[in-house]
Amino acid sequence: MNVANRPVPASLAGVASRGDRPQVSLDAPVKIDVDALNFYYAAKRALDGITIQIRANLVTAFIGPSGCGKSTFLRTLNRMNDIIPLTRVEGKVLIDGESIYEPGVDVVHLRRKVGMVFQKSNPFPKSIFENIAYGLRINGLVKSKAEMADRVEESLRQAAIWEEVKDRLHDSALALSGGQQQRLCIARALAIRPEILLMDEPASALDPIATQRIEELIYELKKQYTIVIVTHNMQQAARVSDFTAFFWLGRLVEFDRTDRMFTAPAEKLTEDYVTGRCG
Amino acid sequence: MERVFRHFQDDLDGLKQRVLAMGGLAEERVREAVRGLMDRDSAALDAVLTGDQPINDLHIELDDRCFKLLALHQPMAADLRVIVAAVKINTDLERVGDLAVNIAEAGKRYLRHAPVKPLIDIPRMGELAQTMLRDSLDAFVRRDIGLAEAVLAQDDVVDALKTQIFRELLTYMLSDPATIEPALDLILISRHLERIGDHATNVAEDVIFILSAKDVRHTGSGVPKAE
Repeated sequence: MNVANRPVPASLAGVASRGDRPQVSLDAPVKIDVDALNFYYAAKRALDGITIQIRANLVTAFIGPSGCGKSTFLRTLNRMNDIIPLTRVEGKVLIDGESIYEPGVDVVHLRRKVGMVFQKSNPFPKSIFENIAYGLRINGLVKSKAEMADRVEESLRQAAIWEEVKDRLHDSALALSGGQQQRLCIARALAIRPEILLMDEPASALDPIATQRIEELIYELKKQYTIVIVTHNMQQAARVSDFTAFFWLGRLVEFDRTDRMFTAPAEKLTEDYVTGRCG
Repeated sequence: MERVFRHFQDDLDGLKQRVLAMGGLAEERVREAVRGLMDRDSAALDAVLTGDQPINDLHIELDDRCFKLLALHQPMAADLRVIVAAVKINTDLERVGDLAVNIAEAGKRYLRHAPVKPLIDIPRMGELAQTMLRDSLDAFVRRDIGLAEAVLAQDDVVDALKTQIFRELLTYMLSDPATIEPALDLILISRHLERIGDHATNVAEDVIFILSAKDVRHTGSGVPKAE
């Protein structure tokens, strides 16, 4: 299907005209187009017929109770599930119109384009500088020392941690606080200049101040990146995202503009979940 | 999670009960103001004039409850709509209380004169406005969207009565200038009753918003605005 000409889903009609969230615009092209996706862990079906269009330069949040499939779905978007034995995918995931599950797709190239940040910050046991430089070096993305220094600084600035670490770039990354480590991991993901950033509960282990920094960072980063975030914290989904998808037992129950999902969801199940009556 | 949720539910139920209590007080004060006028009962009007404090206290208490529920529980969806609507309903009910005072003031002035005419439409208006208020609050408690929509339809009847009262009293004032002062007070009272109908309409619109998430304000017919 031609992504650019795809009809606007009924649930998104009127998005551009209301204008209460200026960043939300139907003009945003579809970046990730998922059609009838099923996912299996051996015989167990973990995702059931997921169809969703994720738009460029917006933040899309996945919410739902534990085990609903939201993290599994997130990982299908850069084929991180491939490394789990006995898993199987059916259906289509198109990124910029290209199917990522076709034979011959370069998974390393895909993951360069679709970066990921995990729940638990996982810096390499190396210096702050090396954490960023490593990916650039092994991918052959820089030609000189000066360019490397520039790219490291650019990434750390984008992740809003440069001012805190610029005088100790060669100290161990493990000496940073939890919130700083997570921003370092975001900087590391940004260093290879991905187009999409997948975040799996990026602030769930952080204190409120560090969480706020990550949320502000997400707000800044969406100008350049398409962001998909899994979160257990509904207030966080409400604060940071433009669109929200609610998953339940491996199905996508509802996908709509975030302000509607949290004020007037269309589905009873969504209403029960966001008001704390189920899940 | 369940304990926290029950705590929230208890607080939310408590809020609804207090909204109802305030509605009952407001309705009673309108009834007493109109009855005092009809029965030429000056003491009843005095009681309305001096009895505004309980509604004012509830006004502050309800805002405080809503404020705390929002801050402490960060409610979503239907729960959020109930609390936001309760803030607005609270303001409407407080205004109804004030309008009852205004009616009592005009009534006291009116009682200083001989009756202009037998009062027929004003008690009808008073009855209608009270019914609208009662129905809108019943709709709030019983989650009855049909009843809320019926309240919206009643508003036109109250408006028509106000116009009719004005026209009729105009003829009295033209024929006998001595009736101008008391007739103006009756016109003012009809205006206050019409405003009470408007506040009941606001409450009904808020109930529709709570139940359907549709904003029917300023649409004329109670039909939700196209999105």
